[in-house]
Amino acid sequence: MEAAVALHDVRFGYTPSRMILAIPTLTIARGETCFVFGPSGSGKTTLLGLLAGILRANAGQVIVLGHELTSMSNAARDAFRGAHIGYIFQMFNLIPYLNVLENILLPCQVNASQRQRLGTTSMHEAAQHLAQRLGIADLLIANVLTLSVGQQQRVAVARALLGAPELIIADEPTSALDADHRAQFLTLLFESCTHTGTTLIFVSHDRALMPHFDRSVGLADINLLARPSRL
Amino acid sequence: MILLSLAWKSLKNRKLTTSLTLFSIALSVGLLIGVEHVRRGVREHFSHTISQTDLIVGARGGTLQLLLYAVFGMGTATNNISYATYDKLRQHPAVKWTIPYSLGDSHRGFRVIGTTEDFYKEYRYRQDRQLVFAAGKPASEVFDVVLGHTVAQQLGYTLGDAIVVAHGVTSGRGIIQHDDKPFRVVGILRQTATPVDRALYITLEGMEAMHIDWQAGAPPRPGEAISAAQIRKETIQVQQITAFLLRTKSRMETLRLQREINTFADEPLMTIIPGVALSELWRTVGYAEDALKVVTIFVMVVGLLGMLMALYTSLHERRREMAILRAVGVGPWKILSLLILESGLLSMLGSLGGVVLVYSLLLIFQPIIEKAFGLYLPLMTLSGVEYVYLALTILGGCAIGLIPALKAYRNTLADGLSMRL
Repeated sequence: MEAAVALHDVRFGYTPSRMILAIPTLTIARGETCFVFGPSGSGKTTLLGLLAGILRANAGQVIVLGHELTSMSNAARDAFRGAHIGYIFQMFNLIPYLNVLENILLPCQVNASQRQRLGTTSMHEAAQHLAQRLGIADLLIANVLTLSVGQQQRVAVARALLGAPELIIADEPTSALDADHRAQFLTLLFESCTHTGTTLIFVSHDRALMPHFDRSVGLADINLLARPSRL
Repeated sequence: MILLSLAWKSLKNRKLTTSLTLFSIALSVGLLIGVEHVRRGVREHFSHTISQTDLIVGARGGTLQLLLYAVFGMGTATNNISYATYDKLRQHPAVKWTIPYSLGDSHRGFRVIGTTEDFYKEYRYRQDRQLVFAAGKPASEVFDVVLGHTVAQQLGYTLGDAIVVAHGVTSGRGIIQHDDKPFRVVGILRQTATPVDRALYITLEGMEAMHIDWQAGAPPRPGEAISAAQIRKETIQVQQITAFLLRTKSRMETLRLQREINTFADEPLMTIIPGVALSELWRTVGYAEDALKVVTIFVMVVGLLGMLMALYTSLHERRREMAILRAVGVGPWKILSLLILESGLLSMLGSLGGVVLVYSLLLIFQPIIEKAFGLYLPLMTLSGVEYVYLALTILGGCAIGLIPALKAYRNTLADGLSMRL
């Protein structure tokens, strides 16, 4: 079975004269939960941008779910991301003028392919189902601004999971949570990913979380251009 | 579709700025449409001062002058028409009716017009409106007078009051009063919102009677005066009139008749076609409306700039929102269209609000304006020009929306998915 993510000789810089990322090789298998860690400045955000197709590598191959992103057009990468990738931010995941349900449904409404994947199940049923599992079923019509941070992150998970995307990218989703909520959140996230067979790439600087994952990658180790931030 | 709903919800979320922006656009559009409406109304009103009259005939002179003294009660005639000439033309086979005017005297600043009963019967304004009496009846006896609406209101006359006419057109009390021959108010006309309201109407014989004992334009010497009691309508010979309005039996004959009168052998005459003369006059006074238009267009621009500022300042706090949209697969071009859609929605709703505003204000103030200024503003449908204004406003709104949209586009490209703020 092909890998969920495969990087070969990838080089990237925001300006062509100053490359900040050079990764000879990185492979993440399908269904795997992968923990990516590294100090700030090691290129975490940049790597996620490349994987999500927001950024285009200057050289090398970025293959996500069998698609070579470097050669795709901008619009095609946007469509690909919408169709196959769920994204969870550190915080402020939700659009303030949409209620909880509308936030969860957003990817399905923007992407026709996500709706198709749901098949006969209606978006609303699927959202309801997810909300139930994540314990936010009674918040569906709530204003997102009234939610606690923990609740907001669970809504974000529901949004990322709706339509069962093959890959979920989570950018420090637990850093705004306290220890109790962090554990609870991780359990929910893992359960959900296992349930749908989704690959999870989880980025954090907090190495205490590492034992929960199938494997872990230190970005400073694989990025040849990582600036040494140790004093 | 989803973009439209997102744009709508996003606008609704920012209620205060949205409603303020809408309000300012609605005000500007309202002003633009309102000024255009009033301009059209005034013009319409102006061109309907007199209707169904095919020709105005007077002694040879300036055409503008003839229009002014015959229709607007302004200025004076330099020459009169002999009654014999009028009588001949009145009986011309192509003529349907005529209304003679004999001018020259006044009462406390208002003109006194000698005319016949045809005036009350045939005079039309605003297409087919006829003169209506608020009280009383037409002047038929020598010393009967009918008052226009404004005259009766301002001077407080009622039926049966006696009125003394001053010689010449003067404001206030005249130098020479026809106080030996007082007139009696027999009728008061309803408001027409035309210059008809600002005059007094007597018979041609009454006009002649006031001057019957005058010699060479001067009052009678003592002992030569003829008292009012001695005057009988039947014995008065009307000598001259100032001008007359004329309606042809068939409008096709107007031009032929005009040529015939202009080359009338007995007396030098001149004719004008009211519609043509009125639009000529309008053109000479039309500069003011251009100035007004320029001002309202500036107001429009200010309204749109207000929207630009509101949208632009909101962008900073919306960078997160843009990143989330990017993350779920919304491309930068779609984010650009989302922003343009927002400004388009704002300018569209604002324009709609402006139109509603204008019509409701017109509906409310129409009777008040008619009463206070004698200006009737009809509820007209939007004209081509006004549609163009609306389209330009909406297009301008979208175009101005392009500025924050491009900024958002650049932000989303630069920010990517990061939440750098």
